Amino acid sequence: MSGHCHGISVPPPEFTPEQWAKIDSIIECYKDVPGNLMPVLQAVQEAVGCLPPAVQDRIAQGLNVPGSDVFGVMSFYSMYTWRPKGKYVIRFCESPPCHVSGSDNLLEFMKAELGVPLNHTTKDKLFTLETTACLGVCEVAPAMQINEVVHGNLTKDKIRQILADYRAGKAPDYKTLPYSTNDFRSYKQSPAELVLLSNVGVIDPEKVDDYVAKGGYEALKKAVTTMTPEQVVEEVKTAGIRGRGGAGFPAGLKWSFTRPLDVPQKYVICNLDEGEPGTIKDRYIVEGDPHKVLEGMAIAGFAVGATKGFIYCRGEYYLCKHRLNTAIEQAKAKGYLGSNLFGTTFAFDIEVRSGFGCYICGEETALIESIEGKRGYPRAKPPFPGVEGLWRKPTIVNNVETLASVPAIIAKGGEWYKGLGTPDTTGTKIYQVIGHVKTPQIVEVPVGITLRELIDTYGGGMKNGKKFKMCQTGGASAGIVTAEALDVPIEFGAMSKVGGALGSGTMLVMDESVCAVDFARSVAVFFAHESCGQCTPCREGTVQLLRTLTRIWEGQGRPGDLEFLERLGQTMMDASFCPLGQTAPAPLFSLLKHFRPEFEDHVSGKCTHGVCRTT
Amino acid sequence: MSNPTVTIDGRAVEFQPGQTILDIARSAGIFTIPTLCYMQGTNPTGSCRVCVVEVEGWRTLVTACSTAATPNMVIHTENPKVEAARKNIIELLLASGNHNCLICEANGECELQALAYRYQVATPIYANPPGAKYYYEDNNSMIVRDFSKCVMCGRCVRACNERQVNLAIQIGYRGHHNKIVGKCDYPYIDSDCVFCGSCVQACPVGALLDKNAIGQGRPWERRTVRTTCPYCGVGCQIDLHVKGGRIIKAMGARAIPNEGRLCVKGRFGLGFVDHPERLQTPMVKKNGRLQEATWDEALDLVASKLKEIKDQHGPKTIGGWCSARITNEENYVFQKFMRAVVGTNNVDHCARL
Amino acid sequence: MAGLAASFGSGAMTNSIAELEDSDCILVTGSNTTENHPVIAARIKRAVLYNNKTLIVIEPRRIDLVKHATLWLRQKPGTDIAVFNGMMHVILKENLHDAAYVAERTENFEALKETVAKYTPEYVEQISGVPAADIIKAARLFAQAGAASLVYCMGITQHTVGTDNVKTLANLAMLTGNVGLWGGGVNPLRGQNNVQGACDMGGLPNVFSGYQVVTDANNRKKMEEAWGVTGLPDYVGMTMTEMLPAIKKGDIKALYIVGENPVVSDADLNHAIKELKALDFLVVQDIFLTETAQLADVVLPAVTFAEKEGTFSNTERRVARVRQAIPPLAGARQDWQIVAEISKRLGYAMDYQKPEDIFEEIRKVTPSYAGITYKRLESAGIQWPCPTEDHPGTVFLHKDKFARGLGAFFAIEHKDPAEMPDVDYPLYLTTGRLLYHYHTGTMSRKAVGLVEKAPECMVEISDLDAAQYGIADGQQVRVKSRRGEITAKAQISPKAVPGTVFVPFHFAEAAANLLTIAALDPVSKIPEYKVCAVQIEKA
Repeated sequence: MSGHCHGISVPPPEFTPEQWAKIDSIIECYKDVPGNLMPVLQAVQEAVGCLPPAVQDRIAQGLNVPGSDVFGVMSFYSMYTWRPKGKYVIRFCESPPCHVSGSDNLLEFMKAELGVPLNHTTKDKLFTLETTACLGVCEVAPAMQINEVVHGNLTKDKIRQILADYRAGKAPDYKTLPYSTNDFRSYKQSPAELVLLSNVGVIDPEKVDDYVAKGGYEALKKAVTTMTPEQVVEEVKTAGIRGRGGAGFPAGLKWSFTRPLDVPQKYVICNLDEGEPGTIKDRYIVEGDPHKVLEGMAIAGFAVGATKGFIYCRGEYYLCKHRLNTAIEQAKAKGYLGSNLFGTTFAFDIEVRSGFGCYICGEETALIESIEGKRGYPRAKPPFPGVEGLWRKPTIVNNVETLASVPAIIAKGGEWYKGLGTPDTTGTKIYQVIGHVKTPQIVEVPVGITLRELIDTYGGGMKNGKKFKMCQTGGASAGIVTAEALDVPIEFGAMSKVGGALGSGTMLVMDESVCAVDFARSVAVFFAHESCGQCTPCREGTVQLLRTLTRIWEGQGRPGDLEFLERLGQTMMDASFCPLGQTAPAPLFSLLKHFRPEFEDHVSGKCTHGVCRTT
Repeated sequence: MSNPTVTIDGRAVEFQPGQTILDIARSAGIFTIPTLCYMQGTNPTGSCRVCVVEVEGWRTLVTACSTAATPNMVIHTENPKVEAARKNIIELLLASGNHNCLICEANGECELQALAYRYQVATPIYANPPGAKYYYEDNNSMIVRDFSKCVMCGRCVRACNERQVNLAIQIGYRGHHNKIVGKCDYPYIDSDCVFCGSCVQACPVGALLDKNAIGQGRPWERRTVRTTCPYCGVGCQIDLHVKGGRIIKAMGARAIPNEGRLCVKGRFGLGFVDHPERLQTPMVKKNGRLQEATWDEALDLVASKLKEIKDQHGPKTIGGWCSARITNEENYVFQKFMRAVVGTNNVDHCARL
Repeated sequence: MAGLAASFGSGAMTNSIAELEDSDCILVTGSNTTENHPVIAARIKRAVLYNNKTLIVIEPRRIDLVKHATLWLRQKPGTDIAVFNGMMHVILKENLHDAAYVAERTENFEALKETVAKYTPEYVEQISGVPAADIIKAARLFAQAGAASLVYCMGITQHTVGTDNVKTLANLAMLTGNVGLWGGGVNPLRGQNNVQGACDMGGLPNVFSGYQVVTDANNRKKMEEAWGVTGLPDYVGMTMTEMLPAIKKGDIKALYIVGENPVVSDADLNHAIKELKALDFLVVQDIFLTETAQLADVVLPAVTFAEKEGTFSNTERRVARVRQAIPPLAGARQDWQIVAEISKRLGYAMDYQKPEDIFEEIRKVTPSYAGITYKRLESAGIQWPCPTEDHPGTVFLHKDKFARGLGAFFAIEHKDPAEMPDVDYPLYLTTGRLLYHYHTGTMSRKAVGLVEKAPECMVEISDLDAAQYGIADGQQVRVKSRRGEITAKAQISPKAVPGTVFVPFHFAEAAANLLTIAALDPVSKIPEYKVCAVQIEKA
């Protein structure tokens, strides 16, 4: 993304008067919407393909936003472009899960097939090839996205076929696809009752009546017609549900801070910025049962006294956005959203906002900044969003999975929910088992399952009969565990004791073919790409981590490198602004702990796994 | 009720709710906390992390500049953990650019240099090689931007947006690609920049330079003189940096009414002072043409002509225009002269124009 | 400033610059603050962006502040009185005025009430083109704010009704009880660094320093004693704008001009140049051979601010030190020394050794400066009135009582500008400054950076007018009025209001004042720089 917008050799496109009129009408349409910059940039890019300087100027003037802010925001998010691109933009995933599934070779193959280097457009203007830090489709790794459509389980043959189809004009319309990746019902199911995914694959997600037929919106009705907001908060507290985004903060407690604040405006935000590599669960909920999330949000709104909700969806989840917008429209039409819900004075409205290629926006305060139309820079905490959030108003930010649990908690009671799972982590959890297992998938079970069970029962065992080496637990920023941890229940408490994490519930399983250094570097690539750059330790630290690891990976390591990495990692953990920088070195630390000899081998010039470029 | 207290380095200090750790420490005379991105009068961002301190019971170190104190906090401004972090951060900043002090304009007043010195941090071996490419902008006659020195503290952005409210620059891109940008990432001259130069004044290193001052004198060779800007009626206080009888640059003084601000005219518009066209000798019209004359010649002529006209036509036929561009003292003397010596009230100046 | 003096008893900015950040509502009119007073504009923008305050801009051009305005009223040039009367009409009708304040601190309220009665928002819309609803909105925003401040500049005063404009603003401020409190007031922004000081020092035909009128025998006596002279003139002298026409009539024979460049700055320049040429004797004292100096019989080289000691008084009445930074240019002399030398030759010795000696004399004869000393100014400026050495200076005026006792309302009617567009000259012309230049450009056009940003004159025109006259951006155009013509580059700008062109007056080679009209305000004698009629064509 570096390089001057104006210095690009490709001349900016000339727009027709019709295109300008379209741009103006988009600006006009969003003129008085708070935080309109992101939606306008997205809509304009969708309408005319890119955002060259003249368009940036027009938007700046039209929205009365400084031109420097327009560019500052635009250049922060990976998916904006000021240069024209090909008809089809290929985003090739280079996340750690795709990396361990062999994406590197496929990318080289893709470059050769297209005959262009990375970030270039084919001569016929058909394809632009890019990489992306993570698409959130790790169960079908290695994967890529072409415009809105995901193509997974890639092989060379498959890539050749896909390109041929697109060239022949056979590009699928994402809106007509049932799911972005797989049918949840095709997975091995747990015998336990489903709380979150009960409707997924059963109802038509684009029909509100289907949801209602399954008892949908009954919990909302119960809450607003028979309970006080305080009672709702109490019920959620009783349930003991801990936030499913990864940090595990008790949701009821969070709500109880916001509830008593006596201010005219509060907000509920649903965090669907599912960017943590390996994390794919929220997509299944939203694609398969969007109303459950809306209902959960409305109950949350009732509980804390908010009348407006935002769903912040990651940019790549096109089908989610489509399903949510459809669901909101239908819910409004049926009176499940809007004013005077169920004949009461309670009103609740929901708007979908989209990210546009940025991992850090999954952090709640960065997410809030993004909704406000700014660069996704995390804010200093305190104040916490519950007190001072969106537009400085009290705001609760909850993960999709958390909010999707709420209707059941209200319908069946907190005690019932608490009975599921473990005392440490109550309820059911959607686990994701990916990487080197036979059948990567998600599964919803009561919390407490062990890693071994997850791999053997739901992952179908290790792929190709290879031996288990390690597992990255909970996401890219979490620790790595080895075979010693296979029988530890996957909950917040027990996992952290063995240096792992429940996190988002994703388990990236790796077999003995994986080189610890190569994997460490792949994680470092991710963080160097996704650091927001706000603070020194993370902005410079992630790059230095990557550079040093790359040197080691290339066999150019120097004595003292590992000590330097440790010193640097310590500074990042101690002094970074937000959890991204604080946890970015965690996987490395845990790899060094378990596999230090591998690193030392590399420093002295050899990769025992033969995967690194040490020669 | 007495004020709440915190303990800083073993010393109990009272504070007002809302005060940051840095505010409290500094007002208590504790100056052990270094800063870089912090800039008085703007919202602290806590982005450089140089001011981190340890608060007992907190998981990570916290920035003193942006963390509000809470009662009974126990704060350590200097201990091995804090110092290790600070050193490493300074090291990372030194590694991020080409921080070579030899011909850097900021040498001697550079805050990064001062930090490196205080913490005895040399340029690390993993620094970008000297030949690394950085953005360098030298296409206008007022400001030079040299991003090989930029430490992304964001002070220029806050000077522009919060202090001067010109809203011309922002932080652009992401992560280590971060760069200060104007609209469309154009150079200043093509952006919305109005060249108030507040960014130059805010820059703690040598990344933003007053072009006319480059190579004109080291900080220790310059003298500063505080005076009042000769342009509009705001009366901004200016610190003129002078060397060898020449004005090298102008900086906004942190004084009423401008509090450090200046506009393009006050900062970059003083070239008229040593302009070659300045009048250096009186002139007298002879045969319809102005010709150089001595002071005595010119003054005698003025006196005699004024006397002649006064005597012939009366003092009412003489008018005097004083000026909004000369001092109070000079205006006073002028009107006194017109009234008491020439004997007329035909005195006026351009207040109306 | 005659308007404010009549209303309040003092013509200066009532409040201070720093207060603007705390003002709950700032109404800016006739001031392109971001270009002419950028540092004050910063305060206004901070108030809006960071302190969440209200900003109302009443201004024909889409100036930069409009971006930050809560409400923008775009009136036709020269219809300010109507707009403000309309606001006052609404305020009275909705009972939003500060009745207690009006009763206690003002007089002549009934006359105002009677006059504004007919200025209904609808009637005002007809005159000014401002939608009635916006006038109501502005009235409410202003009247309902805690402390509301009025900020204006030459866009208000440079009209034939300039004094009336100012009185109208004073009316509005008093009606809403906004004079004499922190964050409120009526605040004229002075255009040049020491206009305030030049006025304070008696650089005016009717007053000695400190606004002590020359027609008062006591004042003359006081000055005669202080100066050791007798028979000081007892009549009000001529203003600049009166002196020029007086030359032709033979009433003015000689002019001594210090640091002014009327050949570029005066209205209806062609006339002004002719008149200056008709003088028997012209002395010009300046730092450059200005366009005016070129017409002089004697030119005396003076020094710049950087070469002198002294004081300036800024727009908020703050007296601040000017300190010598560099040695004076060889051959040039201090202005006061030059005057003293001439004085000596005319038989009156002025034996000041240094500027501070002069200041000490100023203190003695000027009550509002009496408490200010160089020593006190060492650390920071002081705002007059400062009667004694232990007085801290005055942050805002008229605190419990107006300088004149009661604040005076004036009943004022809208009047059309002296020259309105017609068939032959269909466009309004308005003039003013650019950010990058200052006055006639004598100083600013010698600074490389400033010239780079604004190298030449331009004619700002709306896209609508440009299309109508077939003018492209950057094309040379000829602007003609009944008095003269200039040629400059057209600049099609969203700032411009259709039907009006704007020309900055900094550029001698395309002097806007060749076009302007020398119609004066009858009281202040300020020319109507802000409105006249012109035509435009491709050059």
